[in-house]
Amino acid sequence: MALNKEHDLHKRRFGRNMGVALLLGSFVVLVLALTIVKVTSNGFQFPQTQGEQD
Amino acid sequence: MSDASINASTIREDEASFGDYFALLKPRVMSLVVFTAFVGLLAAPVGVHPVIGFCAVLFIAIGGGASGALNMWWDADIDQVMKRTKSRPIPAGKVEAGEALSLGLALSGLSVIMLALATNVLAGAFLAFTIFFYVVVYTMWLKRATPQNIVIGGAAGAFPPVIGWIAATGTMSVEPWLMFALTFMWTPPHFWALALFMRSDYDDAGVPMLTVTHGRRATRVHILAYTVLLAILAIGTAFSGIGGPIYLAVAVVMNALFLLGAWKIFGRNEDDSEEDNFKAERSFFKLSLLYLFLHFGAILLEALLKPYGLGGW
Repeated sequence: MALNKEHDLHKRRFGRNMGVALLLGSFVVLVLALTIVKVTSNGFQFPQTQGEQD
Repeated sequence: MSDASINASTIREDEASFGDYFALLKPRVMSLVVFTAFVGLLAAPVGVHPVIGFCAVLFIAIGGGASGALNMWWDADIDQVMKRTKSRPIPAGKVEAGEALSLGLALSGLSVIMLALATNVLAGAFLAFTIFFYVVVYTMWLKRATPQNIVIGGAAGAFPPVIGWIAATGTMSVEPWLMFALTFMWTPPHFWALALFMRSDYDDAGVPMLTVTHGRRATRVHILAYTVLLAILAIGTAFSGIGGPIYLAVAVVMNALFLLGAWKIFGRNEDDSEEDNFKAERSFFKLSLLYLFLHFGAILLEALLKPYGLGGW
């Protein structure tokens, strides 16, 4: 199978890579948003540090 | 690394695109999961932060998609035989069965853990059980073993509103189980109508559908019986905590139409159906899609109007 620059295979692989990149990027943003919501919601307490315990 | 390093002998002309992997997740089934989980989440009597609500619905949907991929991995042999399923990515030769297995397992783990972290452990546990039920109990065990496969398998599709409710509340109550029962009782008539007009598919695949094991007359009787039970349940739900006047109006109209459709199917024989290419069965199937959408839509509307003193009784 000849692989020229415009072969459909390249388009499909590029599409796949872009799809995975977008999904991973979205997942990072989602986890960040979720963390902010959890941390700023009522009832969340930061664990005590060593200095505060003493 | 450039493409010059690609070994031409390993390149497949029909290599999968991103869409083929997405198709493994059964997007149409996922849309039903998203909608019913969303309704379960909003019908719950507690407020949920939009980001947490979004995450809950997303991870329930991903869990549903993962079940779809695992189902396609296991059922690749019969999907190849059935007209309705032979263009799926594995039988079409675009995706390897092993890839579907990997994707399904990875997404199952991700969705369960993320749902538990985003909402609560009970919701995550229910999602894990749903995936197990659909993949192991339904796909691997009952689908090829009993003509009641659709009845029991319907339970897996009925869990999302329950998970949505638990994600919001962290506890269990009767209302989400009414939504569960609605989808559970709706599934058999919906699929048996499909089996009546996709007649050769299940025969060819050797799946013990009711049409194959007990005959088409028995299937028509079963459709009517389930529709009657469904109508009682659907209208009764109007008087629960998730019902209200809007839901009652929708339930009365839709169940009257659904019963009429089931009665028509019951009154027909194979010659009648062949003559008009299963017109009544096809329209009953289409109506069933609208039926479920409108019932859950009405539950959603009742929940959305409640803060304004309009929804519910």
